[in-house]
Amino acid sequence: MNFIRFYEICTLMRTAANLKTGESAIIDHFSDSEVSLKLMEMGCLPGEKIRLERIAPFGDPAAFWVSGYCLLLRLEEARTIILDESKVYN
Amino acid sequence: MSPSTRPLKIALIGNPNSGKSSLFNHLTGLNQKVANFPGVTVDKRIGSFRLSESSTATILDFPGLVSLYPSSEDEKVVIDVLSNPASEDYPDKVIVIADASNLKRSLLLLSQIIDLKFPAVLALNMLDVAKRKEIKINTPELKNVLGINIVEINARTGTGIKELKEVLSKADPDTKGIPVFSAKPLAPELLISICELMPLKNEYKAFLVAQQYSFLRSVPEEKKKKIEELCKNSCADLNKMHAQEIVTRYKIIDQIISKVVTTGNGTVDKEFSHRLDNILTHKIWGYVIFLILMFIIFQILFEGAAYPMKMVEIFFSYLPGVIHDILPSGILTDLFTDGIVAGLGGVIMFLPQILLLFAFIAILEETGYMARVSFIMDKLMRSFGLNGRSVVPLLSGVACAVPSIMATRIISNWKERLITIFIIPLMSCSARLPVYTILIALTIPDKKMFGWINLQGLTLMGLYLFGFIAALLTAIVLKIFIKTKEKGFFMMELPVYRTPRWKNVFVEMMEKARVFIFDAGKVIVAISVVLWVLASFAPGDTFSTIEQEVKNTPQFSGMNEQDIQKLIDSRKLQESYAGIIGRSIEPIIRPLGFDWKIGIALITSFAAREVFVGTMSTIYSVSGSSNETKTLQEKMRAERNEKTGLPVFTPATAFSLMIFYAIAMQCMSTLAVVFRETKGWKWPLIQLFYLSALAYIASYCVYRILI
Repeated sequence: MNFIRFYEICTLMRTAANLKTGESAIIDHFSDSEVSLKLMEMGCLPGEKIRLERIAPFGDPAAFWVSGYCLLLRLEEARTIILDESKVYN
Repeated sequence: MSPSTRPLKIALIGNPNSGKSSLFNHLTGLNQKVANFPGVTVDKRIGSFRLSESSTATILDFPGLVSLYPSSEDEKVVIDVLSNPASEDYPDKVIVIADASNLKRSLLLLSQIIDLKFPAVLALNMLDVAKRKEIKINTPELKNVLGINIVEINARTGTGIKELKEVLSKADPDTKGIPVFSAKPLAPELLISICELMPLKNEYKAFLVAQQYSFLRSVPEEKKKKIEELCKNSCADLNKMHAQEIVTRYKIIDQIISKVVTTGNGTVDKEFSHRLDNILTHKIWGYVIFLILMFIIFQILFEGAAYPMKMVEIFFSYLPGVIHDILPSGILTDLFTDGIVAGLGGVIMFLPQILLLFAFIAILEETGYMARVSFIMDKLMRSFGLNGRSVVPLLSGVACAVPSIMATRIISNWKERLITIFIIPLMSCSARLPVYTILIALTIPDKKMFGWINLQGLTLMGLYLFGFIAALLTAIVLKIFIKTKEKGFFMMELPVYRTPRWKNVFVEMMEKARVFIFDAGKVIVAISVVLWVLASFAPGDTFSTIEQEVKNTPQFSGMNEQDIQKLIDSRKLQESYAGIIGRSIEPIIRPLGFDWKIGIALITSFAAREVFVGTMSTIYSVSGSSNETKTLQEKMRAERNEKTGLPVFTPATAFSLMIFYAIAMQCMSTLAVVFRETKGWKWPLIQLFYLSALAYIASYCVYRILI
């Protein structure tokens, strides 16, 4: 996971973990192939809109609204969802 | 395959939270049993029901899953069975249950089932929720597009069950479904060679085998090697193939959805859930409410279970006498009454707490609150290698470890579940209370510090805290040492709040009670018999010699019958096999400050910790049933070491004993239930060894420091 973080910082890519509460964005791709398969099965597909609903009191996990339902992800999982910066939602 | 010759085999498959268990319960009622899938720690829930007047069906409730690509041991079972026509569980028909308010995800799994060419029926559930969300589904159109039968049901109320049975009982040839995803273009040569090798007719099945062969039990080793070779030679990127499958399926599903589903902007449920979550997951109120809820649950678990437990105890203390009167006296009658019946009593004793705890857990799950507990507790618990869901079983360990260990089912990640099971016995359960009470009364003066803090209460709290801290530290150690191949995902749905379905709560309680009685109960009765043999037999004719001796001793002749009998029982226990073991382990336990009489109590209290008090009473032949602890306490205080003449129960010994009981796994029921939940003797034995060693070391340290 540290490597992914490093990679994120170097490339300045925003991930689902960087969203602010209530903020929406479009999923672009994933940085971890194994986690991505599970995420896609759960409805987090590239091109899908994702919104951060709320963060747990200790900052982790977080609840996301995606493809019609509320999905709980740990931050290390959310961090593998890379967002599409060209399309910004509010 | 005509239904009159053998029952139709049906598989029930669906996403978690789709109402799968409710449907299962509605179809089968209490006509269900739990068996094992061979070789894995996964329960197999099977039920049977009347399909029509002339035919019956068996139905297998598979673990909830999102797709045929498993991410846990439980989920692997599904693909293992569905890919193996030789399996005894291979279904004739598949019911896929779908949450109509979230059709998209359900269709992913359904489309995979259709592509495997199973005759499938879609049970469309939660239409009421969909309606509140203003989601409309054109069912006839969906039926056209998918090419399978669809039945609208309400698993909550049971509507549509009759129609579902009708559809299932018909031999309908056009329900194979219209194929959704074509796997062949992704790796044509590989799939053809796998089809030839296995042999298989279905390309999608070959596609799944290519990606999952490594853990499929139905694939023999030599074929696994060949598949591995084939995959290597074809240069197919399996992960990419999987990703492409999901993307393609969802693309087609999106088209289907746009044709048959019209979405409004109904947000009633969501708004309500959102507002409730603002309070229930609040950084202060969330925890306060959780603690209050736990407090209420434990109060009821302690107080509510106390009365029925007392009834069971009274019943089982009279029963042996009644049986003795009916049956001819003899060794077999003794074995039956004092070994087996006493063991049964020990099993049934736990039922009130099991029923109550599982009623609460089922309600917390049903309403959706358990997911919120996970949400607010996960970060805290994760630092100990646990899961947000570990909290409830861990805290209920304060009442009793047995139902709590069964409750760890709610944790889906195996490693996190195992750690939780492992540390639950360190939480001070209610059976330790009598042991603590008598030892504290013996050593801690009944005084108040600063005029209001009761010292005895403070010590008791210290013991509870000690157990809790030991549990957390053990969890940290285990987190490092337990390795799993399984990649743990936390990902889960946060469902909207719902009112609980009481039928589910009831079935869940019955189910857990049945599993405990029949699976763990066997072990408990067996150990109880062994302990009875140890405590009631001695080598040769030692017992008759004792009886003669006591009766012939002139100084006892003035005593009444009852007291003489007590004296004889005491002497017998001391000379029995348990006594012999107690004496032979004395060199081992002497460094902890225990003598051989405590050794006997350590052995007999393996039946249950509170037996310690009873054994002590027998050894010191305490007379009179009223004020028993009081007199026992006096006798224990007066007890002198046979060799040194010094008091046995010094504060050092008492504290050492308390710490020993706080840690050691002195409970055969816990051992039996861990055996049942981990489906083997490996973990219960590791746990027994670890906790005994830890108890020994801790007691030794305490004794050395205080002496």
